[in-house]
Amino acid sequence: MDLRFTPEERAFREEVRTFIRENLPADTRDRMKLGHPPRKDDTVRWQRILNAKGWAALSWPKEWGGPGWTAIQKMIFLEENLMAPAPELLSFNITMLGPVLLQFGTEAQKQRFLPRAANLDDWWCQGFSEPGAGSDLASLKTAARLDGDTYVVNGQKIWTSTAHNADWCFLLVRTDPNARKRQEGISFLLVDMKTPGITVRPIISIDNSHHLNEVFFDDVKVPVAMRIHAENKGWDVAKFLLGNERTGIARLGKSRERVSAAVSMAKEVNFGGAPLIEDQIFRQRVAQLQVDMKALEITQYRVVSAYDRAKGAGKPDPLSSVLKVKGTELLQATSELAVDVAGPLATPMWAQELEALNEPDELMEAGSAGTGGYLMLRAASIYGGTNEIQKNILTKAVLGL
Amino acid sequence: MDFEPSDDQRLLVESVTRMLSDTYSFAQRKTYMSQPEGYSPAIWSQFAEQGLLGLPFAEEHGGFGGGAQEIMLVMQAFGRALVLEPFFPTVVLAGTALNVAGTADQKAAILPAIAEGSLKLAFAHGERQARYDLTDVITTATRSGSAWLLDGSKTVVSHGEAADKIIVSARTSGDRHDADGITLFLVNTGSSGVARRGYQSRDDTRAADISLSNVAVSEADVLGEVGRGLPVIQRIVEAAIAATAGETVGAMEAMNEMTLEYTKTRVQFGNPIGSYQVVQHRLADMFMTQEQGRSMAMLATMSIDNPDDAARAHDIALAKVGIGQAGRYVSQSAVQMHGGIGMTEEYAVGHYFRRCMVIERLFGDPAYYLHKLAAAVA
Repeated sequence: MDLRFTPEERAFREEVRTFIRENLPADTRDRMKLGHPPRKDDTVRWQRILNAKGWAALSWPKEWGGPGWTAIQKMIFLEENLMAPAPELLSFNITMLGPVLLQFGTEAQKQRFLPRAANLDDWWCQGFSEPGAGSDLASLKTAARLDGDTYVVNGQKIWTSTAHNADWCFLLVRTDPNARKRQEGISFLLVDMKTPGITVRPIISIDNSHHLNEVFFDDVKVPVAMRIHAENKGWDVAKFLLGNERTGIARLGKSRERVSAAVSMAKEVNFGGAPLIEDQIFRQRVAQLQVDMKALEITQYRVVSAYDRAKGAGKPDPLSSVLKVKGTELLQATSELAVDVAGPLATPMWAQELEALNEPDELMEAGSAGTGGYLMLRAASIYGGTNEIQKNILTKAVLGL
Repeated sequence: MDFEPSDDQRLLVESVTRMLSDTYSFAQRKTYMSQPEGYSPAIWSQFAEQGLLGLPFAEEHGGFGGGAQEIMLVMQAFGRALVLEPFFPTVVLAGTALNVAGTADQKAAILPAIAEGSLKLAFAHGERQARYDLTDVITTATRSGSAWLLDGSKTVVSHGEAADKIIVSARTSGDRHDADGITLFLVNTGSSGVARRGYQSRDDTRAADISLSNVAVSEADVLGEVGRGLPVIQRIVEAAIAATAGETVGAMEAMNEMTLEYTKTRVQFGNPIGSYQVVQHRLADMFMTQEQGRSMAMLATMSIDNPDDAARAHDIALAKVGIGQAGRYVSQSAVQMHGGIGMTEEYAVGHYFRRCMVIERLFGDPAYYLHKLAAAVA
């Protein structure tokens, strides 16, 4: 056991921090510091900068542009990137599609898609959930019928994040409606979003933003060459994708960034005639969050260092469900803190009309943007397998019930 | 970073676990509790034979040359077995005091005797009025010729009755709350003027109130610098927090295993209660809490040797809050999941509950450390 960072790891953190400080475009940084989500072009531009440095395809092998980092280094990078705050790498490309292609893709599929995914030349989205298939994903109905060397896809996906930005979609479809078990009739397809028959309809979420979509498939033709792995073996691919090294899911750096934003704002706002930062109850709330963030930080390093030791060959660590649950609880608690600090300034939408009326007011803008983040992060305990599903996983995997 | 125990550490855990599984069932433990000492002298000798009593001491003092990690691992095993013997006050508290502040002569005289099992120590710092405030010392030591005379009283001293020597803090200068002016002394419990009143603690171990009336202590038994006892006391407390954090992890593991087993066998409404999702999710929460607590025990352990005083104190405070809250949650949940049987003295889960409750308020509870952390928010 050596429970400290090595000098190399500390030097690495410094290198990452310096690179981000020197290369993150100022307009992106300013927007994100106020609590706004990155715009599409913020994310694309930053991922390309990172990719040019060889820092985008995080867990991919070096031959496919990966940085060749240990899992601990990767964790350090993700933390620093979130704390900056800088846009996150597009997870659909980097942590979902990439590893799936590396594990199951043909050489041609890898050649065609991996470099473009790393450089965000293609923006990918994930077509999994359906109106009737949420936590119970295997009950999905979107059907693909084989016609010569083409699948014809019909059905509907929902909660498809950033489908409106996407060039491509990885899609779970039912190819054998008569399979003995529901899981055995599912295939995994790559679909060009420009294919005729695809309709994307926005779903405006409670933060008033357009992030989610419904996607309709009406006789959409997908070449057989765009199938990953064998027909009717798509569930194995989906399980791999969902169980694959998900340590980044805790997004601890984001929680830390929210707390430091709240603390900064607490110096600016009033409570009983003094700055809120001087209030004991506020300080204790911050202290409790520091305790919980520290526990999660160590748990996270335990998971990734075990992953490093197993050289990624092990089964998914059930502790990653702990990371998901505790990480998202903290994202919610820390974004809630930021909203509570803003007080009445948390309520304006900061829509165009407000901007037109006011001189730039960073405090108000941060209050409003913080609320957007808080509202959006209510989804954190729902996406990626709800926290209730994570507890089911734990009861099965760890407790054997 | 590397969280895997070394081969030596693995062997240590295996041998301690094997010994405890042979000698320390819950039923056996009850017989140890009822011995006059409140623990088993025979088990104490076994600890000595296994080298556990010299775990953190240098090899020249008959020790094993171990550190905070070995202590954490052993305390974890002790936490699972609810060990009653005075390992914690003797090896962890007094051992740390001597390692940190002892002269070569003091170490040579005391550490080998601890390691071979012939000498037990206690750490008498807390006073009735002090609650968790480490500087609140009104016991006094005044010079008289070549000796010191100690007057005052110490309260809730873990295994104070069993100890052959106690490390006593006393004020040699300054006022009640001053950080400077506290001095540590090695006091033989047989000395004239030392009176001990022992009692059972809620965790089944023995504790004592100790009064000191004109107790003469020689200059050679001053531990550390005169008036500069507080930094040593802080090191002792930090070691105590790390060790009991490990012990809490062991207790949480035991409670979670018992609870899981119980929910598999207890049938209500025609099914084992573990088949009900509301029970399953509580168990998942208990498991997650245990793992977050384990991370905090590791944090405390990895912080102990950090030379940066402020950073070390901060990490220890984080760990103390986290492990205390974790132990409390798992304890309360374990009793709840057991239902009525969890409320009974004859069943083990309540004993783990009470040990965690006692640990939680050793040298400061979560509220106390949360307050310290809050003061540092910037």
